[in-house]
Amino acid sequence: MSTSSRVRRTLVAAALATGLAVTAACGTAGPQEAGGGDELRLWTLQNEGINTVQQAAVDGFNAEGGPQIELTTYLNDPYKSALQTAIGSPNGPDIFYNWGGGNLKGYVDAGQVADLTAALDADPEVKETFIPQVLETGTIDGKVTGIPMQGVQPLSFFYNKDAFAEAGVTEFPTTWTGFLEAVDQLKAAGIQPIALAGAQTWTSMMYPEYFLDRIGGPEKFQAIADGEPGAWRDPAVIESMRMVQDLVDREAFGTNFTAVDYDNQASQALLTSGRAGMELMGSWQVTSLNDNFPDFLEQDKLGWAPFPAIEGGAGDPANVIGNPSNYYSVSAGSANVEAATEFLMNGMTSPEYVQGMLEKGQVPALTGIEDQVASTGPFADFNTYTYEQTKAAPTFVQSWDQALPAAEAQTMLTNLSKVFTKEFTPEQFADAMDTASR
Amino acid sequence: MSSATAVRAGRPGFVWVAPALTFFGLFALLPMVVVVYLSFTAYDGLNPPQWVGLENWTRLGADPLFIETLRLSFLLTAASWVLQTAVALPLGVWLARRGRSRALLAAIFFIPLLMSSAAIAVLWGTLLDPNFGLASVLGPLVGIDDGNIIGDSRYAFAAVILVIGWQYMPFHTLLYQAAARAIPVQLYEAARIDGAGRWRTFRSITVPQLRDTIITSGVLIVVGSMTTFEVVLILTGGGPGTSTRILPLHMYLEGFRSFDMGYASALAVVLLVIGTALSLFIARVTGYRKMASQREGM
Repeated sequence: MSTSSRVRRTLVAAALATGLAVTAACGTAGPQEAGGGDELRLWTLQNEGINTVQQAAVDGFNAEGGPQIELTTYLNDPYKSALQTAIGSPNGPDIFYNWGGGNLKGYVDAGQVADLTAALDADPEVKETFIPQVLETGTIDGKVTGIPMQGVQPLSFFYNKDAFAEAGVTEFPTTWTGFLEAVDQLKAAGIQPIALAGAQTWTSMMYPEYFLDRIGGPEKFQAIADGEPGAWRDPAVIESMRMVQDLVDREAFGTNFTAVDYDNQASQALLTSGRAGMELMGSWQVTSLNDNFPDFLEQDKLGWAPFPAIEGGAGDPANVIGNPSNYYSVSAGSANVEAATEFLMNGMTSPEYVQGMLEKGQVPALTGIEDQVASTGPFADFNTYTYEQTKAAPTFVQSWDQALPAAEAQTMLTNLSKVFTKEFTPEQFADAMDTASR
Repeated sequence: MSSATAVRAGRPGFVWVAPALTFFGLFALLPMVVVVYLSFTAYDGLNPPQWVGLENWTRLGADPLFIETLRLSFLLTAASWVLQTAVALPLGVWLARRGRSRALLAAIFFIPLLMSSAAIAVLWGTLLDPNFGLASVLGPLVGIDDGNIIGDSRYAFAAVILVIGWQYMPFHTLLYQAAARAIPVQLYEAARIDGAGRWRTFRSITVPQLRDTIITSGVLIVVGSMTTFEVVLILTGGGPGTSTRILPLHMYLEGFRSFDMGYASALAVVLLVIGTALSLFIARVTGYRKMASQREGM
């Protein structure tokens, strides 16, 4: 899940520093030697809460007496390296966690992923259980290669109700004009309008993601992800970057956002202390705030709202951006593709799995679970909001850094950070990305 | 085996170094050979490496970030050498004399030496937080009102140099302390009889006697700075923009974030060559290899 991907970056860096990058990557259990078809290896990310739910699903499957699945967990960055090098080898996984989209496409293009389309078509009841917009991100070149296995993670604004009241903003604005007014009001009240952990660019990236979608519609980013020539030079891209710099000029993020770190909860501290009014973040924010600033939630100071509509834009304001979900895929080289597929189709849709995930603050990407979402766990209200928003979204655009191939994503983050520091004009950004994507 | 000559010289035979040589071959030489090979391939870790000839090497010239990161690495190296030597040498000499207060100060001063680089980077990252860290208090005193030190491309690089300096100065101080204690007291006594003052003794006895240590410490700083990595990764991640992206970090990002292992290997080879060349250069120019005694008259 992306939460841990970000939060754990520091820890991972620490592991790297001591040169243990790949060797220390192994979590609970080391991979076994290549066995027959009765042993399936499942690789996933380390996350104490969610791992217990996953283990329960595995145990349930194993109890049926068929092929046995063994769960292995990894830290985020070491996992990426380990998977990249181990997949397809005899020691590689049979079922592996991934981020869908461009991340998954790399493995599909290398011929390492089993096509699950036929299996899903044969069981339409299960297929229709998945929210289509989310299943879409696990579908590469028309073939279903990834099954959603974790919660949906759309990006929303999280705001401090007290700070808004102090600035005289009664409701979270639904239009961009209204949003800019709110920014000015907050600023006039001596409150930094938006907390932004700009030391990491993936946080900054959320703004242009929404701008581009609201202004030009999801087709604009789709063209970029498809590698269409000139897609980065689209006027909507340039306009999005201009809007970014407009926010910077207004000091909507304050003046020192480039030094604010997400991993040490600095931006959350700004938000919860009332020094900043709001923060754009993924749905994991609520779990994270609950862990780090429980009083803030207990005192009912947290508000949330979708990204405002931009007047005159071509995009549907109901569209959302974020991580549609994370996915499990089956290795093409697995000795028992059938068993792995069966586990994914039934395990990921079972009521026990849904219940377990909801209790951990994750909303599975399944249809028809309204009642369960509204009645389960400490975050039922927020989970319902997330669930309804996701279901109602015409498109769910995947975060740019995960939708693009790794090299292009890395260049995009670097160039984008220069837009935020104003070392790049919007046009320079478009040119640089156009060159990089060729 | 040339054990005959070795035995004649009264030293252990070749077999004694076999384990060390094997390890060196397996974990140093072999990876180097592989990295040179990979630098001629396109390799994403997923598909098998594909031979692309000089493609990665010609790309170096066209990559503006390569020139920029190389420049920053050299700048970091030069600044680290000047800063760390300027502080560590006098401090080491001062600490070399006995005294309870000095011993106490030395113990405190050597604390950074005990911490891992990652811990140091996390610690300084917290201290330099513009809103909740020391930066919000100290920033205004030096004219940075919003405490934006590591987030401003004008100051971030200097901050990185200072943090790295803070980390390694104790080590070099230790070197100088040990070396200064090895200087014969008679030299100072003789100088005092001749009427030399403190500055004169420092300049004419201490510094020349520390010559080898200055070179050793210099080589370590140069090679260490060229390959420094983790502090920058954790502290700034190369940002803001690319203002602190040094060559090793560039290599890491290309290799392990972009999964462009072939190009990253080319960068690694460049680093290897520069590091080796620099240390050889220092050793040559300074006559370090002769290792002549500086204890004239002793």
